[in-house]
Amino acid sequence: MTSDSKPQSSDTHGGQTSDRLVAEAMPSFTAGEILARLGRSDERIVCMTADLKYANRSSDFETEFPHRFFNVGIAEQNMVTVAAGLASCGKLPYIFTFASYLGIMCAEAMRTACAFTNMPVRFVSTHSGMSMGYYGTSHHALEDLGIMRTIANVTVVSAADTVELEAVLKASLTHEGPMYIRLGRGRDPEVYTQPLEDFQIGKAIRVREGRDLTLITAGTELRPALDAAEELVKRGIDTRVVDLHSLVPIDEDEVLAAASETGAVMTVEEHNVRGGLGSAVAEVLADNRLAVKFKRHGVPNEYVPVGPPTSLYAHYQLDAPGITEVAEAFVNGA
Amino acid sequence: MGIDGDLKERLQERAQFIRIRTVDLINIARNGHYSSTFSAAELFSTLYYHTLNIDPKQPDWPERDRFVLSKGHAMIGIYPVLADLGYFDASELDTYTRFGSAFADHADMTRCVGADFSNGSLGHGLSVGVGMALAGRTDDRDYRVWVMTGDGELAEGMIWEAAMTANQYKLGNLVWLVDKNQMGLDGYTEDVMNIDPLDEKIASFGFDVQTIDGHDLDEIVATFDALPPTSGDRPQAIIANTIKGKGVGHMELNPAWHVGGPIEGDAYDEIVREIRGETSTPKDYWPRGKTIRN
Repeated sequence: MTSDSKPQSSDTHGGQTSDRLVAEAMPSFTAGEILARLGRSDERIVCMTADLKYANRSSDFETEFPHRFFNVGIAEQNMVTVAAGLASCGKLPYIFTFASYLGIMCAEAMRTACAFTNMPVRFVSTHSGMSMGYYGTSHHALEDLGIMRTIANVTVVSAADTVELEAVLKASLTHEGPMYIRLGRGRDPEVYTQPLEDFQIGKAIRVREGRDLTLITAGTELRPALDAAEELVKRGIDTRVVDLHSLVPIDEDEVLAAASETGAVMTVEEHNVRGGLGSAVAEVLADNRLAVKFKRHGVPNEYVPVGPPTSLYAHYQLDAPGITEVAEAFVNGA
Repeated sequence: MGIDGDLKERLQERAQFIRIRTVDLINIARNGHYSSTFSAAELFSTLYYHTLNIDPKQPDWPERDRFVLSKGHAMIGIYPVLADLGYFDASELDTYTRFGSAFADHADMTRCVGADFSNGSLGHGLSVGVGMALAGRTDDRDYRVWVMTGDGELAEGMIWEAAMTANQYKLGNLVWLVDKNQMGLDGYTEDVMNIDPLDEKIASFGFDVQTIDGHDLDEIVATFDALPPTSGDRPQAIIANTIKGKGVGHMELNPAWHVGGPIEGDAYDEIVREIRGETSTPKDYWPRGKTIRN
C-alpha cells in the first residue's frame, strides 16, 4: 500500500501539533504508544479507529506504523467487522473508539463477526461510563459491560490506569478470542506505582487489605474507592479493596474470599447497577449460596442528568466522598 | 466470447450438482433456502472449480484466495462443493443441521473446514472481505478476496461503509460479486427497497464495475479470467444478473421458494431431471410491483 492511501486528517489545532496537546490532555490514553512499542516485535498488531485517532491517541501507533493503522472514518460497525476479517488472516487488531459505540452500537458486529468466530479482535473502548459528561447520553456507556459479558467468547477487562493498561495489553497478546477493554476518559489518576508483573486476566488484585468491608470495583472507580477506603478506616471501618479488572472471566475465589473474610461486600462501578460488575458479583454470591451483606453501588437504571463528569460522579456518589458515605451507611445500616 | 467446451461442460455439471445437493440437504433439514442458492450455482461452480486459487489439502494456506459468502443463506450450496473438493468427507454432510452438526443453515468457520468466514448476518461480508484484503496488502501477499453479496442485503448500511473503505485503501485485491437475483423475501428488491441503478451506485464508490449474465458460463469465466492483477488500485465489482430459483421453472422468481420444504419420492426424481435440463415446469413469476401476498 502506498503512503498516500492513508486517510488524511488535520494534524494541527491552533498551530500546535495536536499529538502533543492530546497527550497532555489525555495522559492515561497510552494504549497507542504501548502498542507501538509491542508492535516492534509483534508484527501481528494492527490498530484501527473511526475518525478519533487523536481523541483516543491511537495516533501514537500510527506515527510509528502508518501502514499498520487503518482509519475507517465514522463507521464503527464496519471497523469491527473489517477487524474480524483482518484477524482471520492472522492479524491482531486493536480497534479504538468510544465505549458508547464499541460496546453498544457494535454489539451485534462483536457477537457475530468477532465472538462467534472467536477472532482475537481487541476493542479498546475509551470514554466509558458517563465520563463524557455533558456530551450526553449518546456518548455515555453505562450498559456496555452488561452487553459484553453476555456474549460468549468475549473477555471483558477494565484498566484503572496506565500501569494496568500496559499489563492488560501485554496479556492481550497471547489471550485467545475477542477482548473488550474498558477505559476511562484519558485523565484517570494513577493507582499502581509499580508495573503489574504478575497480572493475569481473570485474577483480581487485592489492592488493600481489610476485615470489615470489601469494596469490589474496577477501572475508573478504583482510585476513588481506594480513597474512600482510607477515609472509612479513619471512621473505624477496616476496608478491603479488590480490583476486579476482569469481569469475564471473573475471579470467583476472590469474590468468595471477600464474602467469607470480611463482614460486608459492596460493589462500586461506573455503570448501570443492572448487568455490570455488581450483577456479576451478585451472581457469584447467589450461585454459591452466600448470604453475605451485599450492596451494588453504581448508576441507577436511568439516563444521567446534564453536567460535567465531576458533577455527575458527585450526584451519584461515585466520587470518594460519595463512596465513603454510601459505604458507611451500608455497613452501619440494618 | 467462448470458453473451452470441456471446461464449460464441467462447470455446468457442477452447477447442476450444487442444485441437486441443495435439494438433498434440504431433505435432511426438512426446510431450506432453495432459490437463493440456485441463483448462484453457476457463480459458485466457476469460483470453486475454476477461479479460486485454493488448496483443500491446506485449508489455512496463507496465500490462498478468500471467498466470503455474505449472503450466508446460500451456504447450503457451498458445503457440498467443499466436501467434493476434499475439505472434509461428504458423509459428514449427512448431519446437516442435525443436533451437534458442524453445518448449520449459515456457516460456522470454527467448525466447517474450508469456510473462510462465518456468515448469516446480511451486510457483514464486504467489511470482512475488506479486512482480509487489508491484511493481504499489509503482508504483501497477492491473494484475491472475493465477497458475494445478494442484492436485497445491499440495503444494509455497512455494505456502503465497506465500499468506501475499499476505495480509500485502493483494494484492487478485492472483488465484490453481486448475485443480483432480483428478490428478497417480501418481493422484488425494486419493490421492497430499490437498489438500482446499482452499477452507477457501485461505480460512484470507486469500483470498476462490470455487469454480466450470472448464468452464462462463457461470460462468467471470461470476466473472472480477465480481472486486473491484484496489485491494482481499484476495487472490482461484478454485478451478476441472475434469476432467483434459476433452474427449476416453478421456483424462479417465486418467493414461495425462498425457503421450502423437502422434495422427495417422484417429486425428487422430477426436480433432478429438471435441474439437469431434461424437463421443465411452468414458470410462476411473482408480479412486478406486488408486495402483499394475499
